[in-house]
Amino acid sequence: MSTQTAIPTPRSPYARRKTTRGNFELYSWVFMRASGVLLVVLVFGHLFVNLMVGDGVHAIDFAFVGGKWASPFWQTWDLLMLWLAMIHGTNGVRTIINDYAERDATRGVLKVLLYLAFTITVVLGTLVIFTFDPCPSDAPAELLASFCTA
Amino acid sequence: MPTAPAGTLYRGREGMWSWVAHRVTGVLIFFFLLVHVLDTALVRVSPEAYNAVIGTYQTPIMGLGEAGLVAAIVFHAFNGIRVALVDFWSQGTRYQRVMLWVVLGLFVVTMAGFLPRHLSIVFGGH
Repeated sequence: MSTQTAIPTPRSPYARRKTTRGNFELYSWVFMRASGVLLVVLVFGHLFVNLMVGDGVHAIDFAFVGGKWASPFWQTWDLLMLWLAMIHGTNGVRTIINDYAERDATRGVLKVLLYLAFTITVVLGTLVIFTFDPCPSDAPAELLASFCTA
Repeated sequence: MPTAPAGTLYRGREGMWSWVAHRVTGVLIFFFLLVHVLDTALVRVSPEAYNAVIGTYQTPIMGLGEAGLVAAIVFHAFNGIRVALVDFWSQGTRYQRVMLWVVLGLFVVTMAGFLPRHLSIVFGGH
């Protein structure tokens, strides 16, 4: 009885070991660039309208937000910006955690916290955009947008 | 004892420092975004609650903070375009250094347009 070690056939073709992790990192890399380009437009537009036009930051109050979100255009703009910025930012911080947190446990805890913050912020922000009432009936009229009383 | 890496990939100069600045500004913007969604969510509480909190954004100290935030965003935006060009443009790596100076030039121009307007609003005695 002889113990034999299996020696591969000399001419067997080289086979690259299949990765078991899918292409997630490739898609995340593409997403960062694609969403980044869109975010430049969305965020610059947001900053221009809220900080440069009219009275800038001094003009921002409940009535200002009510006036903006009465329009589906700004609702869509802000929703898109919220989702893209949150995924872009969360993915960026995920990369940084992977780079600097060396212990498995530390990485795990930081990522759980990150994904928790992501979920809470995106759900809350989305709900606010869609359930916002620009003219709450119990609020003083002088705090509301002009179209509430018109 | 701290773990000592067996060598370093950090090469200094424009490439590394723009990468460092991209990370720092990115993290800064991310944390502001979390706070900003929370403060905006106050519109669902009451007009008074939202106005009270947004009022603190209109103080001089916060006004300077907003200037810093916008600076971080403008750099991150232009440098992000540069990163995408380095990755996708066939000449990207050859011109990455020149492109950083273009980024910084655009940064200066953009901030020159924004700062006088914003600071005069913030300190303009409303």
